[in-house]
Amino acid sequence: MDVDRPVAPAGPATAAPTSPRPRRSPGRATAVRLALAALPLAFFAVFFAYPVGAIVARGLHQGGRWRPGVVGDVLGDPSIRHVLWFTCWQAAASTALTLAVALPGAYVFARLDFPGKHLLRAVVTVPFVLPTVVAGSAFLALLGRGGFTDSLLGFRLDTSVWAILIAHVFFNYAVVVRTVGGLWAQLDPRQEEAARMLGAGRFAAWRRVTLPALGPAVAAAALMVFLFTFTSFGVIQILGGPTRSTLEVEIYRQTAELLDLPTAAVLTLLQLAAVAAILGVHAWTVRRREATLRLVDAARTAHRPRGAERVLLAGVLAVVALLILLPLGVLVARSFDGPNGYGLDFYRALASTDGSGDGGTFLVSPLETVWNSLRYAAVATVIALAVGALAATALVRRAGRLMRGFDALLMLPLGTSAVTVGFGFLITLDKPPLDLRDSWLLVPLAQALVGVPFVVRVVLPVLRAVDDRLREAAAVLGASPLRVWREVELPLVARAMGIAAGFAFAVSLGEFGATVFIARPDSPTLPVAVARLLGRAGEMNYGQAMALSTILMAVCAASLLVLETAWRRRGDGRRITDATGEF
Amino acid sequence: MALLRIDAATVRFGDRAALDGVDLDVTAHETVCVLGPSGSGKSTLLRAVAGLQPLDGGRILLDGADQAGTPPHRRGVGLMFQDHQLFPQRDVGGNVAFGPRMHRVPRDLRERRVAELLDLVGLPGAAQRAVGTLSGGEQQRVALARALAPEPRLLMLDEPLGQLDRSLRERLVVELRQLFGRLGTTVLAVTHDQGEAFALADRVVVMQDGRIAQSGTPLEVWQRPDSEFVARFLGFDAVTDGVVSGGVAVTDWGKLPVPDGTPEGPARVLVRPPGVLLGPADEGLLCEVRARTFRGGRVAVILGVVGAERGPQLEAECTLRDAPAEGDRIGVTFDPAEVVVLHR
Repeated sequence: MDVDRPVAPAGPATAAPTSPRPRRSPGRATAVRLALAALPLAFFAVFFAYPVGAIVARGLHQGGRWRPGVVGDVLGDPSIRHVLWFTCWQAAASTALTLAVALPGAYVFARLDFPGKHLLRAVVTVPFVLPTVVAGSAFLALLGRGGFTDSLLGFRLDTSVWAILIAHVFFNYAVVVRTVGGLWAQLDPRQEEAARMLGAGRFAAWRRVTLPALGPAVAAAALMVFLFTFTSFGVIQILGGPTRSTLEVEIYRQTAELLDLPTAAVLTLLQLAAVAAILGVHAWTVRRREATLRLVDAARTAHRPRGAERVLLAGVLAVVALLILLPLGVLVARSFDGPNGYGLDFYRALASTDGSGDGGTFLVSPLETVWNSLRYAAVATVIALAVGALAATALVRRAGRLMRGFDALLMLPLGTSAVTVGFGFLITLDKPPLDLRDSWLLVPLAQALVGVPFVVRVVLPVLRAVDDRLREAAAVLGASPLRVWREVELPLVARAMGIAAGFAFAVSLGEFGATVFIARPDSPTLPVAVARLLGRAGEMNYGQAMALSTILMAVCAASLLVLETAWRRRGDGRRITDATGEF
Repeated sequence: MALLRIDAATVRFGDRAALDGVDLDVTAHETVCVLGPSGSGKSTLLRAVAGLQPLDGGRILLDGADQAGTPPHRRGVGLMFQDHQLFPQRDVGGNVAFGPRMHRVPRDLRERRVAELLDLVGLPGAAQRAVGTLSGGEQQRVALARALAPEPRLLMLDEPLGQLDRSLRERLVVELRQLFGRLGTTVLAVTHDQGEAFALADRVVVMQDGRIAQSGTPLEVWQRPDSEFVARFLGFDAVTDGVVSGGVAVTDWGKLPVPDGTPEGPARVLVRPPGVLLGPADEGLLCEVRARTFRGGRVAVILGVVGAERGPQLEAECTLRDAPAEGDRIGVTFDPAEVVVLHR
């Protein structure tokens, strides 16, 4: 008898009996949905489609007529072909490496109980929201000239492609752990037990039962990692050297350094097409992931490690320590390792505006950029939350093809060259009625563009998980429809909104590619200042870059950690947590 | 006047009628159980009364007032959901206090009522517990307390004990009946479990394909099922063809005495287990014992008629001590009081 064992409240994905729903007129439902979608659609039309379209048009429309021939010229260029080849193979290699390293981690975080698990889960998420500039400098400090491995072990990796691959694993470890592990934790272990009772060995049971169930989640995670590494910018910019360049970096080079707009336009289109294809396949795997699986409360599937699992746990912890904690630790250590021994020299130098020795000066002190960044990121978060929440509400009901297209559209900015967006902003939003050239709003708007997909990814599953009958239960107890929303939906979604806000804030804080174009010289953001410092010679500049990166990392981690723990404080939040954090 | 009057209620899903012209009255302080197999429209009936399911035809009246256009939250009825649907983000007290809060009951009164109700359902002092830590039986109790808290004029229960195990179910059903009697609650409950329905209800309504097949006191329905559907749903399978004439029904099993006033002509005839009397093999209808199943202290004996192996089986009841062994041959006689002529 197991009656008095705690029974989990019906989870988000426990097969809910299909209760007949009160039918509303389909016309009205569509109207409501379109009204909700109107603001996000307008936002994307004005701040994404228009600037990107305009810059592509400028590139291909020269001398008064369209020049489609440019496409052939660009694609025929051997150096561009080299970039394409490198972009693809490094993304594929990074994805494979990330899966190999992170899948055991997904298992450990999903199925094993160990002290400090929740904190560690938050910690491995930090790199994901870390500005690429910071990560790049962390790996430079770890693997570069005079860096950790150079001085201790006598080898450097900053000139090899391994630095790039390792940095990509560092970034995307959390994507695999959260997406695959989130599902793994909810898979009913009894399915595997049933297979074993039918004569399957431990491994066979895993391969025949668990792996097929995980397959779509692994595919989805792999595609996301591929997308992020395919469009990698900051890491390549810092660690790639002159010979290694991705499409994204090449677009930046063609646009900002060579001012070759036609080439940039063709590359932008190429990247958009590739990203759209990746997103299409991703949407397809996500739909397959929604297929009927026996899911249970994640809290009940974890157990203390036994036997070989202890070894696995130790291995995963070692990987996390080496791959995630060490680079971050080295970065912090370098920031304190000043010319006069350990101390706060670099931090003190951040407060002054003179460029420390090599002649260049800043309009503002690097420390002031912290304040700029926080302001911009806060506004960007508000915009992203408003747009993202409306979009998620419009998408919450199982929707037709049109709405699925909308879903994919929301993800597109993640894979579009930030440089294109930034430059597009400059050339389109400079005349009435949208003359934002001198407005500080330009920066948060561009940053919100990358924040919205995260808000939608986090809020949508939670909204979808709210059981209709929970709403009905409230109504029967006397709550009016508005009250039902306030009492049932809001408390559940509020927490997800908090998490979404954390992600949006962190990615806004770290946004570099677009911001570097549109931030005014007298009010740069933190990542822009880091990049400038890194771009200059001299120990002092390098040290200041490390110090500023440390501050940036601390702010990102704090915003994430505060929210990770805030929603964990109440025990019932767990199933919400597990529903979120998939990308 | 009936507290609840359902008047020719009809609900269609596509071209299937989930409710097909259902008429039902529930008077104040009465407990009515709707019984039927899954898909017979029971839950739809509750949802229609609650206002969660719009009607395609007919009316629902509460205290004589037509409820068309009245939204669920203004109907003053309570509904306990099949899987409880406790609010996961609130503790036990918060769940129970939800209804009174919606009805603007002052805080001190509310708190007192929560404490009273938790006492009543046997969970004193549980107000601070998180709902995730409750066992199935405890969740059920909290759901009941929550449904009672706003003092609904009609309490509806959808498979109230459905997910609990047998022993707990049997204990709780007695508790529920006593509780409703003490509080004077008017209850409309839905279940697929006949034992639950008969133990809980003053009146039982059996549904079949969106219609009411039979309605009556538990004893009436149990002893005199109206139709073969009801008989078989209640577990009575000893049904055969017969022709009624002159106070007896002529069947494969011989001549069965039927109650006075039974219309003449062909009919379906049921013999309830207590009416199948076992005797020595040379008396009455010769049968062979095919199987025995234990039901509490009694044994149900499944009998095949010798010479009619393919015909319907008979079922008899006896004590453990008197039960014949499998394969025994015995003679069967019938008690006229337990012979039921079913409506076709």
